[in-house]
Amino acid sequence: MAEITYREALNEALREEMERDPDVFLMGEEVAEYDGAYKVSKGLLDVFGDRRIVDSPISELGFAGLGVGAAMAGLKPVIEFMTFNFSILALDQVINHAAKIRYMSGGQIPCSIVFRGPNGAALQLSAQHSQACETYYVHAPGVKVVTPATPADAKGLLKAAIRDPDPVAFMEAEMLYNVKGEVPDDDDFVIPLGVADVKREGTDVTILTHGKTVHVALQAAQKLDKDGVSVEVVDLRSIRPLDVDTILASVKKTNRAVYLEEGWAFAGVGAQIVSMVQEEAFDWLDAPVVRVMQADVPMPYAKNLEQMAKPSAERVVAACNRVLYR
Amino acid sequence: MATKVHMEALSPTMEEGQLVKWLKGEGDEVSSGDVLAEIETDKATMELVARGDGVLRAILLAEGGTAAVGEVIGVIAGADEDISALVGEGGGSGGGGAADDAADAPAAEKDDADADPVADEAASAPSEAAAPSSDEAASTEPSGRVKASPLARRLAEDTGVDLASIEGSGPGGRIVKRDVEAARSAPAAAPAPAASKSAPAPADWSDAGAQESYDEVPVSQMRKAIARRLTESISPVPHFFLTVDVDMTRAVAARKQVNALVEAEGDRVSFNDFVLKAAAAALVRHPDCNAAWHGDHIKRFHHVHMGVAVAIDDGLITPVVKHADRKGLVQISREVKEMAGRARQKRLKPDEYTGATFSVSNLGAFGIHEFTAIINPPEAGILAVGRIEDTPVAIGGEVVVRPRMRITMSCDHRVIDGAQGARFLQTLQAMLEEPAAILV
Repeated sequence: MAEITYREALNEALREEMERDPDVFLMGEEVAEYDGAYKVSKGLLDVFGDRRIVDSPISELGFAGLGVGAAMAGLKPVIEFMTFNFSILALDQVINHAAKIRYMSGGQIPCSIVFRGPNGAALQLSAQHSQACETYYVHAPGVKVVTPATPADAKGLLKAAIRDPDPVAFMEAEMLYNVKGEVPDDDDFVIPLGVADVKREGTDVTILTHGKTVHVALQAAQKLDKDGVSVEVVDLRSIRPLDVDTILASVKKTNRAVYLEEGWAFAGVGAQIVSMVQEEAFDWLDAPVVRVMQADVPMPYAKNLEQMAKPSAERVVAACNRVLYR
Repeated sequence: MATKVHMEALSPTMEEGQLVKWLKGEGDEVSSGDVLAEIETDKATMELVARGDGVLRAILLAEGGTAAVGEVIGVIAGADEDISALVGEGGGSGGGGAADDAADAPAAEKDDADADPVADEAASAPSEAAAPSSDEAASTEPSGRVKASPLARRLAEDTGVDLASIEGSGPGGRIVKRDVEAARSAPAAAPAPAASKSAPAPADWSDAGAQESYDEVPVSQMRKAIARRLTESISPVPHFFLTVDVDMTRAVAARKQVNALVEAEGDRVSFNDFVLKAAAAALVRHPDCNAAWHGDHIKRFHHVHMGVAVAIDDGLITPVVKHADRKGLVQISREVKEMAGRARQKRLKPDEYTGATFSVSNLGAFGIHEFTAIINPPEAGILAVGRIEDTPVAIGGEVVVRPRMRITMSCDHRVIDGAQGARFLQTLQAMLEEPAAILV
């Protein structure tokens, strides 16, 4: 096992999958000559050439559509969005075309495509560039949504996403690119989509979360540990497909759950999870499931306000205490 | 409709019970309240009663066998009802029948409560007790719906705990897991209806009959700070101790007089009976010592239930003289003797050794000069009573020999401060030094 960054893990996954399958290509703004806005595609142009590492114009709907067309023709495109905030422009191609073409063609037309890039807020990028977009993608059936939190998950899940026969929205995070972690060297290190990961075992309360906030959950768990509260952190890793079994097993064990995510509460991912938990594990709940989310406002630019709007470890601790009746 | 017979929590600390004897056999008709079996708990041999009507169709635990609390040990059902599903179950996990159990449980427990004449009265006139505004935190709403978390309901069903009989500690009085677990390890004793939150003001309490009631005294920030800091210091109950010497000259004489009067009836009161009587009377005057810590409030009781530590073969148990403040010396004496006797045979019922508001432990008979006792939570105080011994004391500048007795009070500092405990002990001392004061 080597300790590498999340960014390097993604780069390795792309490189290995492109070596493995000549149908895989990467397209997006500045992915080739500039090595990618966040250097995820560093060095790939030299290895694979400009037919497979393709710089696109600044036109999300255009190059996303190009990717969908290529996927329908049997190729396996990886479309990089500089951030998922910009992908909102391309949503028609994702929701109306990629998500539906296999279904509408009775299985005759494939659409194996990955849309990837950073999602959610970084630091002081203000309202239009700080959105957690997973809700837009998970809403419609047909798109898989994956949110890796660690370098190992980033690598294993991106490889699985590229190999997957269906469209996958692969949501990274700017703040995670420099996070380091152990990643297996194995070329076939693939983490199947739809398998959650218990990032920390505990007995008193479950924090369910995905993506960047897994780290916030772990911080909160550490704080609560000092108070003698044993917290289990379940990282969903993919929202669609959803690992219902792991979620329910954890909730049934601890009897209490807090859902933590970057996005807004209203009709967010947490709303779906909470609904599922109360339907499936009602008799195991000792308290209502509580959510910790971004404040219901466009992300403020001012640093102090941004801090207050984002879910913090302190707010997660408070939510855990609430469901623990402490 | 079939009713599962569960191994019930028949003592406060019972986790499993041994089936001593089935008093009904398979095929016997039973009705709710009938004694089905004798169960040996960790404290006593108890009776397990039927929670439903029908025929005892199946016995799932043989005599001599043990089962964990909550396990199904039998099935009561109609004579030809299909019970195969229930018999197969045997492990006590939830199911249709358990709901009936829960519904029947309060009725069964009321039998115990009947011994207390007021319980029924209180139950039939709940409106007064359940004053609406102050009652937001009650688990049971006026409509009778019990607020409980789904998990708490399931646990209660599985373990045979009656939700209506416990108070919730969650928001709005919601019964949550920890409350059911606490109830499981506590007795099924006094049913809730008799306890009222909107009790009469302290000044009126003496006219309230023998009803169990209390005031909730709000906990101030300072009190919270005292509680937190002292708990951090000695956990979980921050004890402190107060000792007083009592001149027993007049108590010795009074006891002689009393015994001369009651000997014909076969009664003989002990010095400890005097202490119990005097302590109960003193607590009436110092209700701040007749209280219990409840985290966000202090429960100050209007009734004095006096626990009396009784040493038994393999430990000790504290039978409770209920309403000791309104009982005469002879009655207290009789009850203590009778319950101590049954305690030694392990025949006490849970409601006879729980619910004390204060306790007395007397090691005088063992020649102990003085000692300190550990508080029995949630009570806030206990008296440790030593032997009476002739002691030279200076009275009016002269050394004279007097029978003296040393009493040490252990106080829960979250509830009782030094001066409060001291004032109570002063009153107690005065009452024992001049027994006529008890009558005042």
